[in-house]
Amino acid sequence: MTISVKVMARPGPEKTSYLRAALSGMALTFRHMINPAKVTQQYPEEQTDLHPRWRGTHRMEVHADGRPKCVACGLCPTVCPANCIRLVGGEDDQGNRYPVVYEIDEFRCIFCGMCQEVCPVEAIHVGQHFENAEYKRDRFVYDLDRLMEQDHPVTNLWDPSDPRSE
Amino acid sequence: MEALHPITGIPALVAMVLKILVFFTILLLVIAYTTLAERRVAAWIQDRIGPNRVGPFGLLQPIADGIKNILKEETLPATSAKLYFLLGPVLTVGPALVLFAVIPFAAPLPTPWGVVDMVVADVPIGILYILAISSLAVYGIVLGGWASNNKYAFLGGLRASAQMVSYEVALGLSVVAVLMLAGNVTLTQVIWQQQQLHLWFVLPLSLAFIFFITSAFAESNRLPFDMPEAESELVTGYHTEYSAMSYAMYMMGEFGHMATASALMATLFFGGWDLPGAWDNAFWYQGQLISGFAADGSAILAHPAVWKTLVTFAAFGLKTAFFLLVYIWVRWTLPRFRYDQVMSLGWKVLLPTALGYVMIMAASMLVLDELGVRYGLLYGLALTAVSLICTVAFVFFFDRGRTITGAGAQPGQKVEIKSISRPASVPAAD
Repeated sequence: MTISVKVMARPGPEKTSYLRAALSGMALTFRHMINPAKVTQQYPEEQTDLHPRWRGTHRMEVHADGRPKCVACGLCPTVCPANCIRLVGGEDDQGNRYPVVYEIDEFRCIFCGMCQEVCPVEAIHVGQHFENAEYKRDRFVYDLDRLMEQDHPVTNLWDPSDPRSE
Repeated sequence: MEALHPITGIPALVAMVLKILVFFTILLLVIAYTTLAERRVAAWIQDRIGPNRVGPFGLLQPIADGIKNILKEETLPATSAKLYFLLGPVLTVGPALVLFAVIPFAAPLPTPWGVVDMVVADVPIGILYILAISSLAVYGIVLGGWASNNKYAFLGGLRASAQMVSYEVALGLSVVAVLMLAGNVTLTQVIWQQQQLHLWFVLPLSLAFIFFITSAFAESNRLPFDMPEAESELVTGYHTEYSAMSYAMYMMGEFGHMATASALMATLFFGGWDLPGAWDNAFWYQGQLISGFAADGSAILAHPAVWKTLVTFAAFGLKTAFFLLVYIWVRWTLPRFRYDQVMSLGWKVLLPTALGYVMIMAASMLVLDELGVRYGLLYGLALTAVSLICTVAFVFFFDRGRTITGAGAQPGQKVEIKSISRPASVPAAD
């Protein structure tokens, strides 16, 4: 086995100058110091533009009369790889199925978006939203009412006919 | 017109207490706000904005930091030498604060009770006091490093002792040139002599200023000489084991040293509180406050005023703030030296050159005195010419790859091994 060692070609002692190099470095940092263009994003005031395919906090779509669009088919808890959705379905007088219990544990969720992808009635969505900090752990289990209250834009999932979301 | 006499009696005591209170409050504020300035300037240099959340423009950040440091838990490592561990920060911050006592910070202030000198203690030993007290700071660092019983802290303390002792020599020698030209070690006298020379000492003693600023950086353990801290090598060196307020005291010591060194650079080389022109000159000469001498040698009386005191105080503050900015600016520009480079720069370059420079300047002053040149602008310009030649020669001869070079740039040390052959298969050890 042979190890190759690369020896850098450096200028000899007669050509190097610490003072000259230090002063040119100082000039460079001074130019940056007085340059008003900064890269900092002042977060709470300046919000990030989220990508259209950003997958964040869930949201349940509702009908015009305020009922959830969910038909309690059970596809999303089945497909969920993190097993974070709890669904108990029910049936009303007209035979329409509806969710009695619908809970998503945002701590266990890995935000893969497969629940949105699998939903036959486009009820559950992942959304373009990430500011969901809480003071208590149990506040991270979102129930049906809380999911229906969310009003952030929902995620545009990948569309094979429009692969770049244009 | 009121009589110009130094303040005496009870008013003098009151004035002294007031000066101490006001000046040390300002000093502590300066130290606190230098920490903020360091973070803001660092951010600007890196194209960021920096802390701006606490108060307007982040101006309350140092107060928030202080509260945080006081409320945090003070850790005391079980295997440390407890007494010395606690003594270290105290020994570092104490000297850094009392150093300021001898630095004059404004022109004398006239009051109804007499003229008040704007210096806390105008001791006749001036610079010697500063050299003596600033040497004490190394004890705090070495004690803290040793008492932590931590190998990184120990290495940091070891490096601190070697570095600070080495650069004290160069610092002292660069100050010797100033003392020769001023003819005195009292700092008020140093400022007065700069006013008499009509030149700030940075011009006639340019090379001494370069040595002084280099050694002062090394003395206050700032980049590019922060060997004792050296985060990437020694965690944080001597204060690795410190937390909360004792850590903050080490930081206060470092920033206090920066402030003192900046004030000293302003005082020794940039005229202290002096501004161009003779209007602000003031010095006690045979019981009279004079602003200079007429052509026939008689004294011209000075006219101190409150506005002159305020303007000169602002000038002193600006000069000190400028050097503090240079400290910060250099820190966020230059990378750290290698340890052997620090030592060879101190002993092989600064020490002999400073010695030679002191001899050359002493000879020049002797020649000028023998020629009968009066102490004034001509005297200063002649010295400026000599010093300029010395500076150019220093830069030309010592900065050509001799001062600091990478290991690869020195032909004798160059690693020439291009490839290393090893046996194709190494028998496995059973």
